[in-house]
Amino acid sequence: MSDRRYPDAVADEFPPPPTAFTDREDREIEIRPYEGTEADHETLVEMYDTFDPADRAQGIPPGGEKRIREWLDAILADDCYNVIAWCGGDAAGHATLVPDGDAYELAIFVHQEYQRAGVGTHLIRGLLGHGQANGVRKVWLTVERWNRAAVSLYKKIGFETSDAESFELEMGLRLRADDGATEESAAADGDE
Amino acid sequence: MKVLCGIGGSDDSFRALDRTVERAAVANDDLTIAVVDNDDSSVAPDAVADRAEAAVDDAGIDAEVRRVEGDPGSRLVEIAETEAFEEIVLGGGHTSPMGKITIGPIAEFVLLNAKTSVTLVR
Repeated sequence: MSDRRYPDAVADEFPPPPTAFTDREDREIEIRPYEGTEADHETLVEMYDTFDPADRAQGIPPGGEKRIREWLDAILADDCYNVIAWCGGDAAGHATLVPDGDAYELAIFVHQEYQRAGVGTHLIRGLLGHGQANGVRKVWLTVERWNRAAVSLYKKIGFETSDAESFELEMGLRLRADDGATEESAAADGDE
Repeated sequence: MKVLCGIGGSDDSFRALDRTVERAAVANDDLTIAVVDNDDSSVAPDAVADRAEAAVDDAGIDAEVRRVEGDPGSRLVEIAETEAFEEIVLGGGHTSPMGKITIGPIAEFVLLNAKTSVTLVR
């Protein structure tokens, strides 16, 4: 999908995790990168196993533990970037960047017990900070057009609509300057 | 049942083709396979038609494979209406790297405009 469009302007600098804040329900929330431990993995399985099916979008998260595990195995792979919003030992939310050619597809999930408390804004900023720190240049997502809360969050972050002709809106964000402008860092990334 | 299966060469359209042919063999459906122009497909229409003919032959059923030119969604709806088809079958969408299901523009048009039942094959 190399024909996706992205804004010309590069987005703000986002704070790389770990970050911490108090949500609007007075809960202490910490945003941390996914560490690849079994404990992190199992906490996410548990979050998605109790996820309200009404909050599913375009088929994800899938239902049932088996499908949840298959899906998580794919999006928690080493070439993906994942951050978790922790409330004590529970996952309040999870956001992920999955590679797609020269860009990354973004998705974010906040468990129903933690919605409308400001967790989503901190979580997506943490994910984008994590991506920026790791050299991610372009990010895209799709969102159901009726999901106004999500669309306005993405706009506030700097995403611009790149395709409005189908059921879902497609939006794009430029996290870092493109290859031409930063040839040195592009070469450095290529050596990794 | 009189079934119109629209395929344009995407992976999900081939899935729909195989499932529809398989079902037609069991249910004795009166099946027509319409090979449409899909700009998003990397497979040429002739190759798509060959693939459809092969599926029909393998199943040992009697189904027409027809090349349909022009705007795919509106042509499928028009054919279904003028030739009294009872169902339109299409691919059930593309899955993004994230696992999100996205329905293509052909399926969107058919879903919103067809008077027949529409089946999206997953």
